[in-house]
Amino acid sequence: MDNVTLARATMGTSLGFHIVFAVLGVGLPLLMLTAEGLWLRTKDDVWLNLARRWSKAFGILFAVGAVSGTALSFELGLLWPRFMAFSGAIFGLPFTAEGFAFFIEAIFLGLYLYGWDRLTPVVHWLTSIPVAVSGALSSVFVVMANAWMNSPTGFQLDSHGQLVDVDPVAAALNASTPTEDPHMLISAYVVTGFLVAAVYAVGVLRGRDDVLHRRGLILGMAMAAAAIVLAGITGDTSARFIYQAQPAKFAAMEGLYETLRGAPIHLGGIPVSSQHRVVGAIEIPYALSLLAAFDPNAEVRGLDSFPPNDRPNPVVVHLSFDTMAGLGMLIGLTAAVFWLLFIYRRRIPTSRRLLWLIVAAGPASVAAMEAGWFVTEFGRQPWIVYGILRTSEAATTAPALGPTFVIFFAIYIGLAITTARLLLNQARRNRGAS
Amino acid sequence: MTEPEIVAGILWLALTAYAVLAGADFGGGVWDLVASGSRARDQRRAVAEAMGPVWEANHVWLIFLIVGVFTGFPAAFGILGMALYVPFTVALVGIVLRGAAFAFRAHGREAVGDASRWGVAFGAASVIAPFFMATGAAAVASGAIHVSDGRLVSGFEAGWATPYGVLVGVFAVAMCAYLAATYLTVETEGTALESDFRRRAAAAGLVAGVAAIVSLVLAPVAAPSLASALFGRGLPLLILALVNGPIALVAVWRSRPRIARFAVAAQVTFVLWAWAVGQWPYLVPPDITIGLAAAPNSTLTSLLVVIGIGMLLLLPSLWFLFRVFKARNPAANC
Repeated sequence: MDNVTLARATMGTSLGFHIVFAVLGVGLPLLMLTAEGLWLRTKDDVWLNLARRWSKAFGILFAVGAVSGTALSFELGLLWPRFMAFSGAIFGLPFTAEGFAFFIEAIFLGLYLYGWDRLTPVVHWLTSIPVAVSGALSSVFVVMANAWMNSPTGFQLDSHGQLVDVDPVAAALNASTPTEDPHMLISAYVVTGFLVAAVYAVGVLRGRDDVLHRRGLILGMAMAAAAIVLAGITGDTSARFIYQAQPAKFAAMEGLYETLRGAPIHLGGIPVSSQHRVVGAIEIPYALSLLAAFDPNAEVRGLDSFPPNDRPNPVVVHLSFDTMAGLGMLIGLTAAVFWLLFIYRRRIPTSRRLLWLIVAAGPASVAAMEAGWFVTEFGRQPWIVYGILRTSEAATTAPALGPTFVIFFAIYIGLAITTARLLLNQARRNRGAS
Repeated sequence: MTEPEIVAGILWLALTAYAVLAGADFGGGVWDLVASGSRARDQRRAVAEAMGPVWEANHVWLIFLIVGVFTGFPAAFGILGMALYVPFTVALVGIVLRGAAFAFRAHGREAVGDASRWGVAFGAASVIAPFFMATGAAAVASGAIHVSDGRLVSGFEAGWATPYGVLVGVFAVAMCAYLAATYLTVETEGTALESDFRRRAAAAGLVAGVAAIVSLVLAPVAAPSLASALFGRGLPLLILALVNGPIALVAVWRSRPRIARFAVAAQVTFVLWAWAVGQWPYLVPPDITIGLAAAPNSTLTSLLVVIGIGMLLLLPSLWFLFRVFKARNPAANC
């Protein structure tokens, strides 16, 4: 394989691995803060027990997130030296801000994890606030940098291709930031909420239907439900922005080849470029034009209107988009049923079928988020900086990218298995203790 | 001073903080790996207790350094990513495994103290990471990385895959071990472990000292640009390091843990700044100067603003962290 493919494979694996730990680094502190706060208010030890269990799991999750994040910061330079030499001065600012947010998160997490016996209960609880806030800010800052790759602004190129008029603040606040940033931050809470709910749903299904499991389930589902609604809204805004700003990505998302007025939505199916159509999809006429521009006859640009070497791969992008949207709707429906039953019956619904759905919603939310990043990243291709720098021109020429990919792939598999095993061990010990 | 020089100075301070703080965490891994004697388990536990609350915060200095370099000096970052692809990738594997292994053991089922698989991974990775980072530093300092027309022309092995690179790598690992053992004498003051770590500090200090003297003697031949830096403008700081070295060793040996801790940290600082001042205004000699690699002034100005605001939040937080966990040692309490 060539260097560009190997660099993309290594970077993609690293990002896909890191993001799972990164979103838990955003969401879990908020749940820990809530549970410990409820304990301070009510003095009910079940809340404290929940907070302590989450903090133990978070000790492992944060460390793996921190080291895999370090891998990413190195890989930016090791795999994409030309991209960084070009972009660093423009979009480095939010990364620097993210560095400080990560600093604050690491410092207060050290205090939180190791300070249970050294700090008074109120001070201990207070240390969780900077962890939760800086976790969220980390996501906001780092997605600003990714948004800039989608909507590069804040610089000019002179006649020699040299950077002039660099405005890093304008670059951070680029056109994609207002839609991409909230959508990712909210997705972090979606994933955390559903994963936590899934863990406690498993417990209840296995017969541990006690106060602690019910409260874990409720807190998880509360975060998940609130966030999934907002994820839908911000996702919709994002799609409409992409229709305006990145028409090639939009066409690939929908598998639209021909430029059309009154364009249909393709649900599912596989785009077949040789036939210029999506095979096996359910077509909803006019729906795409309507959703994209609130006008059933609005024109939507098709892939065929772009030069062949400027087109993203519609198979990956369309399937990823449908995976994200489809799973998002299913998990949203699960949350809706849970809360409707809760309000109607005034107690936590414990029907086995619903609990199994919640268990499935955990990994489904992760899959939806990963698919969303596939849409963003594959949809931006062939560009690494949209319209400015091609991915093929940005990769390193260093030798031995193959071994690098294999080694990191193996490390991530090993880390994933070990993390899962240790978390299961913790759960077993928690049961032994209670 | 120009804006690029101010940013370069701040980044060098961050490198110093990383070396003095995270260097000791890598050194802790070394002592975990070679823990021995009747108190081997207690030695490992002392390392884990000392590192636990602070290693992640110490580690962030590296992230700060990386993003600072690619924001402030993007051209240098691109070149270093190419020239040092191999040593930095290996160091990165070490960094990832070190952190993960430490957390897996600290929060996992195994008791910290007994020899274990994750313990060995933690220790071995703690040697690999500083060793390979230091070979990269040797490549930069020895002036082996050549750039022409913005492109790397010196290849992917230049400067680090050399006997001199190995020598500097050994020096760095010994220095990390020296830092860690010295800090641990403070953490274990008044217990039997203090003398364990005192002997280990002295041994590591001697190894580091010998490696340092050999590197200095060989520098004019093996790393001419480093030699002219250290014996040129860097000379006053080099002399300070040479004077301070024996003082630190004597303080370690005479059981003055707090003076020793200060002196060993100062030693690392003198070495790094002798190098920096010596090769000023070069970032990557002989082709990349600070001014040449710098981002536009608009970027540097906003970078300085962000760093200023960030430090206002960071420094009090760091002070609080170290006050809670490092102000008194647990043994002194009882």
